Amino acid sequence: MSADQTLAFDPDCHIFTGCGFPAPGLHTFIYEPIATWGSFELTKPMLLAVLSSIVVVGFFWAAFRKPQLVPGKMQMVGEAGYDFVRRGIVYEIIGKKDGEKYVPFMVSMFFLVWMMNLWSIIPLAQFPVTSLIAFPAALALIVYVLWVSLTFKKHGFVGGWKNIVGWDKSLGPILPLVVVLEFFSNLIIRPFTHAVRLFANMFAGHLLIVMFSLASWYLLNGIGVVYAATSFVMVLVMTAFELFIQAVQAYVFVLLACSYVQGALSEHH
Amino acid sequence: MNALLLAAEGEPQPPLLPHLDELVIGLIAFVIVFGFLAKKLLPNINKVLVERREAIEGGIEKAESAQIEAKSVLEQYKAQLAEARHEAARLRQEATEQGTAIIQEMKAEGQRQREEIIAAGHSQIEADRKAAAASLRQDVGKLATDLAGKLVGESLEDAARQSRTIDRFLDELEEKAEAVR
Repeated sequence: MSADQTLAFDPDCHIFTGCGFPAPGLHTFIYEPIATWGSFELTKPMLLAVLSSIVVVGFFWAAFRKPQLVPGKMQMVGEAGYDFVRRGIVYEIIGKKDGEKYVPFMVSMFFLVWMMNLWSIIPLAQFPVTSLIAFPAALALIVYVLWVSLTFKKHGFVGGWKNIVGWDKSLGPILPLVVVLEFFSNLIIRPFTHAVRLFANMFAGHLLIVMFSLASWYLLNGIGVVYAATSFVMVLVMTAFELFIQAVQAYVFVLLACSYVQGALSEHH
Repeated sequence: MNALLLAAEGEPQPPLLPHLDELVIGLIAFVIVFGFLAKKLLPNINKVLVERREAIEGGIEKAESAQIEAKSVLEQYKAQLAEARHEAARLRQEATEQGTAIIQEMKAEGQRQREEIIAAGHSQIEADRKAAAASLRQDVGKLATDLAGKLVGESLEDAARQSRTIDRFLDELEEKAEAVR
Protein backbone atom coordinates (compact mmCIF):
# COMPACT_ATOMS: atom_id res chain seq x y z
CA MET A 1 0.00 0.00 0.00
CA SER A 2 1.70 3.20 -1.14
CA ALA A 3 0.87 6.73 -0.16
CA ASP A 4 -0.22 7.53 -3.70
CA GLN A 5 -3.30 5.39 -3.48
CA THR A 6 -4.58 6.88 -0.27
CA LEU A 7 -4.11 10.32 -1.75
CA ALA A 8 -6.57 9.39 -4.48
CA PHE A 9 -3.87 10.53 -6.83
CA ASP A 10 -4.55 10.49 -10.54
CA PRO A 11 -1.26 10.17 -12.50
CA ASP A 12 -2.82 11.79 -15.59
CA CYS A 13 -3.82 14.94 -13.79
CA HIS A 14 -1.62 17.81 -15.01
CA ILE A 15 -1.89 21.58 -15.26
CA PHE A 16 -3.49 23.02 -18.42
CA THR A 17 -5.65 19.91 -18.82
CA GLY A 18 -8.58 21.24 -16.87
CA CYS A 19 -7.71 19.07 -13.91
CA GLY A 20 -7.52 20.82 -10.57
CA PHE A 21 -4.49 20.53 -8.26
CA PRO A 22 -4.96 17.50 -6.04
CA ALA A 23 -3.91 19.37 -2.93
CA PRO A 24 -2.82 17.24 0.00
CA GLY A 25 -4.84 17.52 3.18
CA LEU A 26 -5.99 15.50 6.14
CA HIS A 27 -6.68 12.58 3.84
CA THR A 28 -2.92 12.43 3.22
CA PHE A 29 -2.58 11.03 6.72
CA ILE A 30 -5.18 8.31 6.42
CA TYR A 31 -4.07 4.85 5.35
CA GLU A 32 -6.06 1.85 4.33
CA PRO A 33 -5.37 -1.15 6.55
CA ILE A 34 -2.72 -3.58 5.36
CA ALA A 35 -4.14 -6.45 7.39
CA THR A 36 -7.09 -6.97 9.67
CA TRP A 37 -7.45 -9.19 12.71
CA GLY A 38 -10.98 -8.97 14.08
CA SER A 39 -11.57 -5.35 14.88
CA PHE A 40 -7.88 -4.51 14.77
CA GLU A 41 -6.65 -2.98 11.55
CA LEU A 42 -2.93 -2.80 10.92
CA THR A 43 -1.98 0.28 8.94
CA LYS A 44 1.30 1.45 7.47
CA PRO A 45 1.98 4.01 10.27
CA MET A 46 1.45 1.29 12.89
CA LEU A 47 3.84 -0.98 11.02
CA LEU A 48 6.35 1.85 10.83
CA ALA A 49 5.95 2.51 14.56
CA VAL A 50 6.76 -1.10 15.39
CA LEU A 51 9.58 -1.04 12.86
CA SER A 52 10.95 2.03 14.63
CA SER A 53 11.23 0.00 17.82
CA ILE A 54 12.89 -2.82 15.96
CA VAL A 55 15.36 -0.50 14.24
CA VAL A 56 16.28 1.28 17.48
CA VAL A 57 16.63 -1.95 19.44
CA GLY A 58 18.46 -3.53 16.52
CA PHE A 59 20.92 -0.67 16.29
CA PHE A 60 21.69 -0.69 20.00
CA TRP A 61 21.79 -4.47 19.98
CA ALA A 62 24.43 -4.38 17.31
CA ALA A 63 26.30 -1.61 19.10
CA PHE A 64 26.08 -2.65 22.76
CA ARG A 65 25.40 -6.39 22.80
CA LYS A 66 29.03 -7.25 23.35
CA PRO A 67 30.65 -3.94 24.14
CA GLN A 68 34.43 -3.79 24.02
CA LEU A 69 36.81 -1.70 26.02
CA VAL A 70 38.20 -0.49 22.71
CA PRO A 71 35.03 0.17 20.72
CA GLY A 72 34.29 -0.96 17.18
CA LYS A 73 32.61 1.30 14.64
CA MET A 74 29.03 0.48 15.62
CA GLN A 75 29.79 0.77 19.30
CA MET A 76 31.50 4.10 18.75
CA VAL A 77 28.43 5.50 16.98
CA GLY A 78 26.13 4.04 19.63
CA GLU A 79 28.26 5.51 22.39
CA ALA A 80 28.19 8.91 20.71
CA GLY A 81 24.38 8.81 20.56
CA TYR A 82 24.09 7.50 24.07
CA ASP A 83 26.48 10.10 25.39
CA PHE A 84 24.68 12.88 23.55
CA VAL A 85 21.42 12.15 25.36
CA ARG A 86 23.09 11.32 28.65
CA ARG A 87 25.45 14.26 28.95
CA GLY A 88 23.88 16.66 26.48
CA ILE A 89 20.32 16.45 27.78
CA VAL A 90 19.84 14.50 31.01
CA TYR A 91 22.93 15.67 32.90
CA GLU A 92 22.39 19.21 31.68
CA ILE A 93 18.77 19.45 32.76
CA ILE A 94 18.32 17.09 35.72
CA GLY A 95 21.90 16.91 36.89
CA LYS A 96 24.26 13.99 37.09
CA LYS A 97 23.24 12.64 40.49
CA ASP A 98 19.46 12.70 40.09
CA GLY A 99 19.46 12.24 36.33
CA GLU A 100 21.39 8.97 36.05
CA LYS A 101 18.25 6.98 36.88
CA TYR A 102 16.33 8.47 33.96
CA VAL A 103 19.03 8.08 31.34
CA PRO A 104 17.67 4.81 29.88
CA PHE A 105 14.19 6.30 29.71
CA MET A 106 15.36 9.43 27.92
CA VAL A 107 17.69 7.54 25.59
CA SER A 108 14.84 5.23 24.58
CA MET A 109 12.53 8.18 24.11
CA PHE A 110 14.97 10.17 22.03
CA PHE A 111 15.91 7.43 19.62
CA LEU A 112 12.35 6.13 19.26
CA VAL A 113 11.01 9.59 18.45
CA TRP A 114 13.87 10.30 16.11
CA MET A 115 13.38 7.04 14.24
CA MET A 116 9.63 7.63 14.02
CA ASN A 117 10.38 11.04 12.54
CA LEU A 118 13.05 9.74 10.22
CA TRP A 119 10.64 7.54 8.27
CA SER A 120 9.48 10.79 6.66
CA ILE A 121 12.40 10.86 4.26
CA ILE A 122 13.23 7.16 4.01
CA PRO A 123 12.23 5.91 0.56
CA LEU A 124 9.14 3.65 0.45
CA ALA A 125 8.23 4.53 4.03
CA GLN A 126 8.08 8.28 3.46
CA PHE A 127 5.77 8.94 6.33
CA PRO A 128 6.64 10.35 9.73
CA VAL A 129 4.85 8.20 12.27
CA THR A 130 4.74 11.12 14.69
CA SER A 131 2.56 13.11 12.30
CA LEU A 132 -0.32 11.05 13.67
CA ILE A 133 -1.26 12.54 17.02
CA ALA A 134 -1.74 9.13 18.64
CA PHE A 135 1.99 8.38 18.63
CA PRO A 136 3.24 11.63 20.16
CA ALA A 137 0.26 11.41 22.53
CA ALA A 138 1.27 7.92 23.66
CA LEU A 139 4.85 9.07 24.33
CA ALA A 140 3.74 12.28 25.99
CA LEU A 141 1.37 10.23 28.13
CA ILE A 142 4.25 8.07 29.34
CA VAL A 143 6.24 11.17 30.25
CA TYR A 144 3.15 12.64 31.91
CA VAL A 145 2.61 9.56 34.06
CA LEU A 146 6.27 9.51 35.00
CA TRP A 147 6.23 13.19 35.87
CA VAL A 148 3.03 13.13 37.96
CA SER A 149 3.94 9.95 39.83
CA LEU A 150 7.41 11.32 40.55
CA THR A 151 5.93 14.53 41.87
CA PHE A 152 3.72 12.74 44.38
CA LYS A 153 6.40 10.22 45.27
CA LYS A 154 8.91 12.93 46.00
CA HIS A 155 6.69 15.46 47.81
CA GLY A 156 3.83 13.37 49.19
CA PHE A 157 0.20 14.04 48.43
CA VAL A 158 -0.11 17.63 49.69
CA GLY A 159 3.41 18.57 48.73
CA GLY A 160 2.83 17.08 45.30
CA TRP A 161 -0.20 19.24 44.71
CA LYS A 162 1.66 22.26 45.99
CA ASN A 163 4.46 21.48 43.57
CA ILE A 164 2.04 21.16 40.67
CA VAL A 165 0.07 24.35 41.36
CA GLY A 166 3.14 26.38 42.23
CA TRP A 167 2.13 27.07 45.82
CA ASP A 168 4.04 30.04 47.18
CA LYS A 169 2.71 31.95 50.19
CA SER A 170 4.75 35.03 49.34
CA LEU A 171 2.51 35.63 46.33
CA GLY A 172 -0.18 36.88 48.68
CA PRO A 173 -3.53 37.82 47.14
CA ILE A 174 -2.71 36.61 43.64
CA LEU A 175 -1.98 33.12 44.94
CA PRO A 176 -5.42 31.74 43.98
CA LEU A 177 -5.03 33.05 40.46
CA VAL A 178 -1.56 31.52 40.17
CA VAL A 179 -2.83 28.22 41.56
CA VAL A 180 -5.62 28.01 38.97
CA LEU A 181 -3.33 29.01 36.12
CA GLU A 182 -0.58 26.64 37.14
CA PHE A 183 -3.02 23.82 37.61
CA PHE A 184 -4.30 24.12 34.07
CA SER A 185 -0.94 24.95 32.62
CA ASN A 186 0.89 22.06 34.21
CA LEU A 187 -1.62 19.32 34.56
CA ILE A 188 -3.75 19.78 31.46
CA ILE A 189 -2.08 21.96 28.86
CA ARG A 190 1.46 20.72 29.34
CA PRO A 191 0.98 17.12 28.14
CA PHE A 192 -1.13 18.44 25.31
CA THR A 193 1.48 20.91 24.09
CA HIS A 194 4.18 18.32 24.61
CA ALA A 195 2.48 15.95 22.19
CA VAL A 196 1.16 18.57 19.79
CA ARG A 197 4.53 20.33 19.39
CA LEU A 198 6.02 17.16 17.95
CA PHE A 199 2.91 16.19 16.05
CA ALA A 200 2.38 19.59 14.42
CA ASN A 201 6.00 19.91 13.32
CA MET A 202 6.04 16.53 11.66
CA PHE A 203 2.54 16.98 10.27
CA ALA A 204 3.43 20.29 8.66
CA GLY A 205 6.75 19.03 7.38
CA HIS A 206 5.19 16.00 5.78
CA LEU A 207 2.45 18.11 4.26
CA LEU A 208 5.01 20.43 2.69
CA ILE A 209 7.03 17.60 1.20
CA VAL A 210 3.90 15.95 -0.16
CA MET A 211 2.61 19.21 -1.56
CA PHE A 212 5.82 20.02 -3.43
CA SER A 213 6.09 16.44 -4.64
CA LEU A 214 2.53 16.49 -5.98
CA ALA A 215 3.07 19.91 -7.50
CA SER A 216 6.23 18.73 -9.25
CA TRP A 217 4.16 16.07 -10.98
CA TYR A 218 1.07 18.17 -11.51
CA LEU A 219 2.98 21.04 -13.10
CA LEU A 220 4.75 18.76 -15.55
CA ASN A 221 2.98 20.02 -18.70
CA GLY A 222 4.12 22.58 -21.31
CA ILE A 223 5.63 25.69 -19.79
CA GLY A 224 4.74 24.22 -16.41
CA VAL A 225 8.01 22.22 -16.57
CA VAL A 226 9.83 25.27 -15.26
CA TYR A 227 7.50 25.46 -12.28
CA ALA A 228 7.76 21.73 -11.80
CA ALA A 229 11.56 22.01 -11.64
CA THR A 230 11.28 24.76 -9.03
CA SER A 231 8.85 22.66 -7.07
CA PHE A 232 11.20 19.69 -7.23
CA VAL A 233 14.06 21.78 -5.93
CA MET A 234 11.75 22.66 -3.05
CA VAL A 235 11.16 18.96 -2.44
CA LEU A 236 14.91 18.47 -2.04
CA VAL A 237 15.27 21.53 0.15
CA MET A 238 12.35 20.48 2.34
CA THR A 239 13.70 16.96 2.61
CA ALA A 240 17.03 18.28 3.86
CA PHE A 241 15.22 20.68 6.18
CA GLU A 242 13.07 17.87 7.54
CA LEU A 243 16.16 15.82 8.29
CA PHE A 244 17.21 18.67 10.55
CA ILE A 245 13.73 19.23 12.04
CA GLN A 246 13.31 15.54 12.84
CA ALA A 247 16.39 15.53 15.03
CA VAL A 248 15.52 18.88 16.58
CA GLN A 249 12.01 17.77 17.47
CA ALA A 250 13.23 14.55 19.02
CA TYR A 251 15.72 16.62 20.99
CA VAL A 252 13.07 19.11 22.10
CA PHE A 253 10.65 16.35 23.09
CA VAL A 254 13.24 14.71 25.34
CA LEU A 255 14.51 18.05 26.61
CA LEU A 256 11.00 18.89 27.78
CA ALA A 257 10.55 15.45 29.29
CA CYS A 258 13.75 16.04 31.26
CA SER A 259 12.66 19.47 32.39
CA TYR A 260 9.34 18.04 33.62
CA VAL A 261 11.16 15.33 35.57
CA GLN A 262 13.55 17.93 36.93
CA GLY A 263 10.55 20.04 38.02
CA ALA A 264 9.08 17.05 39.82
CA LEU A 265 12.34 16.33 41.64
CA SER A 266 13.18 19.90 42.60
CA GLU A 267 12.12 21.35 45.94
CA HIS A 268 10.63 24.47 44.49
CA HIS A 269 8.30 24.61 41.62
CA MET B 1 -10.00 5.81 -5.26
CA ASN B 2 -13.03 7.99 -4.89
CA ALA B 3 -14.52 5.53 -2.48
CA LEU B 4 -11.44 5.83 -0.37
CA LEU B 5 -11.55 9.58 -0.43
CA LEU B 6 -15.20 9.47 0.50
CA ALA B 7 -14.49 7.04 3.26
CA ALA B 8 -11.84 9.36 4.58
CA GLU B 9 -14.11 12.36 4.38
CA GLY B 10 -16.95 10.38 5.81
CA GLU B 11 -14.97 9.48 8.90
CA PRO B 12 -15.17 12.37 11.32
CA GLN B 13 -11.57 12.06 12.45
CA PRO B 14 -10.17 15.42 13.61
CA PRO B 15 -6.36 15.43 13.34
CA LEU B 16 -5.92 16.02 17.06
CA LEU B 17 -8.03 13.09 18.16
CA PRO B 18 -5.78 10.10 18.77
CA HIS B 19 -6.73 6.78 17.29
CA LEU B 20 -6.81 4.28 20.16
CA ASP B 21 -5.15 1.41 18.26
CA GLU B 22 -2.31 3.70 17.26
CA LEU B 23 -1.97 4.96 20.80
CA VAL B 24 -1.59 1.40 22.07
CA ILE B 25 0.92 0.60 19.34
CA GLY B 26 2.85 3.71 20.32
CA LEU B 27 2.95 2.59 23.95
CA ILE B 28 4.06 -0.88 22.95
CA ALA B 29 6.74 0.58 20.69
CA PHE B 30 8.16 2.54 23.59
CA VAL B 31 7.95 -0.38 26.01
CA ILE B 32 9.88 -2.58 23.58
CA VAL B 33 12.66 -0.03 23.17
CA PHE B 34 12.79 0.84 26.88
CA GLY B 35 12.77 -2.82 27.89
CA PHE B 36 15.74 -3.76 25.75
CA LEU B 37 17.73 -0.62 26.42
CA ALA B 38 17.10 -0.31 30.15
CA LYS B 39 17.41 -3.99 31.04
CA LYS B 40 20.25 -5.14 28.88
CA LEU B 41 21.93 -2.85 26.41
CA LEU B 42 22.57 0.30 28.42
CA PRO B 43 23.76 -1.58 31.54
CA ASN B 44 26.10 -3.42 29.15
CA ILE B 45 27.64 -0.26 27.82
CA ASN B 46 27.70 1.42 31.22
CA LYS B 47 29.76 -1.43 32.59
CA VAL B 48 32.22 -1.08 29.76
CA LEU B 49 32.35 2.69 30.11
CA VAL B 50 33.16 2.32 33.80
CA GLU B 51 35.76 -0.32 33.00
CA ARG B 52 37.26 1.91 30.37
CA ARG B 53 37.46 4.84 32.73
CA GLU B 54 39.06 2.63 35.35
CA ALA B 55 41.50 1.27 32.81
CA ILE B 56 42.50 4.77 31.79
CA GLU B 57 42.68 6.03 35.36
CA GLY B 58 44.49 2.85 36.42
CA GLY B 59 47.01 3.38 33.65
CA ILE B 60 47.58 6.93 34.76
CA GLU B 61 47.89 5.83 38.36
CA LYS B 62 50.32 3.10 37.40
CA ALA B 63 52.42 5.56 35.45
CA GLU B 64 52.36 7.96 38.38
CA SER B 65 53.39 5.30 40.87
CA ALA B 66 56.15 4.16 38.52
CA GLN B 67 57.37 7.72 38.28
CA ILE B 68 57.32 8.09 42.05
CA GLU B 69 59.18 4.84 42.44
CA ALA B 70 61.73 5.87 39.84
CA LYS B 71 62.21 9.15 41.66
CA SER B 72 62.70 7.44 45.00
CA VAL B 73 65.13 4.97 43.47
CA LEU B 74 67.04 7.87 41.95
CA GLU B 75 67.14 9.61 45.33
CA GLN B 76 68.32 6.43 46.95
CA TYR B 77 70.94 5.95 44.28
CA LYS B 78 72.12 9.51 44.65
CA ALA B 79 72.26 9.15 48.41
CA GLN B 80 74.23 5.93 48.08
CA LEU B 81 76.56 7.53 45.58
CA ALA B 82 77.15 10.47 47.89
CA GLU B 83 77.75 8.10 50.78
CA ALA B 84 80.16 6.07 48.69
CA ARG B 85 82.03 9.21 47.70
CA HIS B 86 82.16 10.29 51.28
CA GLU B 87 83.38 6.89 52.33
CA ALA B 88 86.03 6.91 49.63
CA ALA B 89 87.20 10.33 50.69
CA ARG B 90 87.28 9.18 54.27
CA LEU B 91 89.27 6.07 53.33
CA ARG B 92 91.69 8.14 51.31
CA GLN B 93 92.12 10.50 54.18
CA GLU B 94 92.69 7.62 56.53
CA ALA B 95 95.16 6.01 54.19
CA THR B 96 97.04 9.26 53.83
CA GLU B 97 97.14 9.64 57.58
CA GLN B 98 98.20 6.08 58.04
CA GLY B 99 100.83 6.43 55.35
CA THR B 100 102.17 9.55 56.99
CA ALA B 101 102.23 7.82 60.34
CA ILE B 102 104.06 4.84 58.85
CA ILE B 103 106.58 7.08 57.19
CA GLN B 104 107.09 8.91 60.45
CA GLU B 105 107.51 5.63 62.24
CA MET B 106 109.91 4.34 59.65
CA LYS B 107 111.92 7.52 59.83
CA ALA B 108 112.01 7.31 63.59
CA GLU B 109 113.01 3.68 63.37
CA GLY B 110 115.69 4.47 60.82
CA GLN B 111 116.98 7.25 62.99
CA ARG B 112 117.03 4.98 65.98
CA GLN B 113 118.82 2.23 64.11
CA ARG B 114 121.32 4.68 62.69
CA GLU B 115 121.99 6.02 66.16
CA GLU B 116 122.30 2.51 67.45
CA ILE B 117 124.71 1.61 64.74
CA ILE B 118 126.67 4.79 65.30
CA ALA B 119 126.70 4.15 69.03
CA ALA B 120 127.84 0.57 68.44
CA GLY B 121 130.58 1.84 66.12
CA HIS B 122 131.70 4.36 68.66
CA SER B 123 131.87 1.84 71.47
CA GLN B 124 133.68 -0.57 69.13
CA ILE B 125 136.15 2.07 68.25
CA GLU B 126 136.52 2.95 71.90
CA ALA B 127 137.01 -0.70 72.76
CA ASP B 128 139.53 -1.09 69.91
CA ARG B 129 141.27 2.05 70.98
CA LYS B 130 141.37 0.79 74.51
CA ALA B 131 142.59 -2.59 73.40
CA ALA B 132 145.14 -0.89 71.14
CA ALA B 133 146.20 1.40 73.92
CA ALA B 134 146.48 -1.57 76.26
CA SER B 135 148.47 -3.61 73.74
CA LEU B 136 150.54 -0.50 72.84
CA ARG B 137 151.32 0.08 76.43
CA GLN B 138 152.37 -3.53 76.73
CA ASP B 139 154.40 -3.27 73.56
CA VAL B 140 155.90 0.04 74.57
CA GLY B 141 156.83 -1.42 77.92
CA LYS B 142 158.24 -4.44 76.27
CA LEU B 143 160.07 -2.31 73.74
CA ALA B 144 161.32 -0.06 76.47
CA THR B 145 162.48 -3.10 78.33
CA ASP B 146 164.12 -4.40 75.11
CA LEU B 147 165.69 -1.08 74.44
CA ALA B 148 166.88 -0.82 78.01
CA GLY B 149 168.27 -4.34 77.81
CA LYS B 150 170.06 -3.48 74.56
CA LEU B 151 171.32 -0.28 75.96
CA VAL B 152 172.56 -1.98 79.02
CA GLY B 153 173.88 -4.95 77.15
CA GLU B 154 176.02 -2.94 74.68
CA SER B 155 179.15 -1.04 75.49
CA LEU B 156 178.25 2.47 76.03
CA GLU B 157 181.45 4.05 74.58
CA ASP B 158 180.13 7.21 73.17
CA ALA B 159 177.20 9.40 72.92
CA ALA B 160 177.17 8.93 69.16
CA ARG B 161 176.77 5.31 69.49
CA GLN B 162 173.98 5.80 72.00
CA SER B 163 172.14 8.21 69.81
CA ARG B 164 172.47 5.83 66.88
CA THR B 165 170.93 3.08 68.95
CA ILE B 166 168.11 5.36 69.96
CA ASP B 167 167.57 6.42 66.41
CA ARG B 168 167.55 2.90 65.27
CA PHE B 169 165.07 2.04 68.00
CA LEU B 170 162.83 4.86 67.00
CA ASP B 171 162.99 3.88 63.34
CA GLU B 172 162.08 0.36 64.25
CA LEU B 173 159.25 1.78 66.26
CA GLU B 174 158.09 3.81 63.33
CA GLU B 175 158.31 0.87 61.05
CA LYS B 176 156.25 -1.13 63.46
CA ALA B 177 153.74 1.56 63.69
CA GLU B 178 153.65 1.74 59.90
CA ALA B 179 153.21 -2.00 59.77
CA VAL B 180 150.33 -1.82 62.27
CA ARG B 181 148.73 0.91 60.24
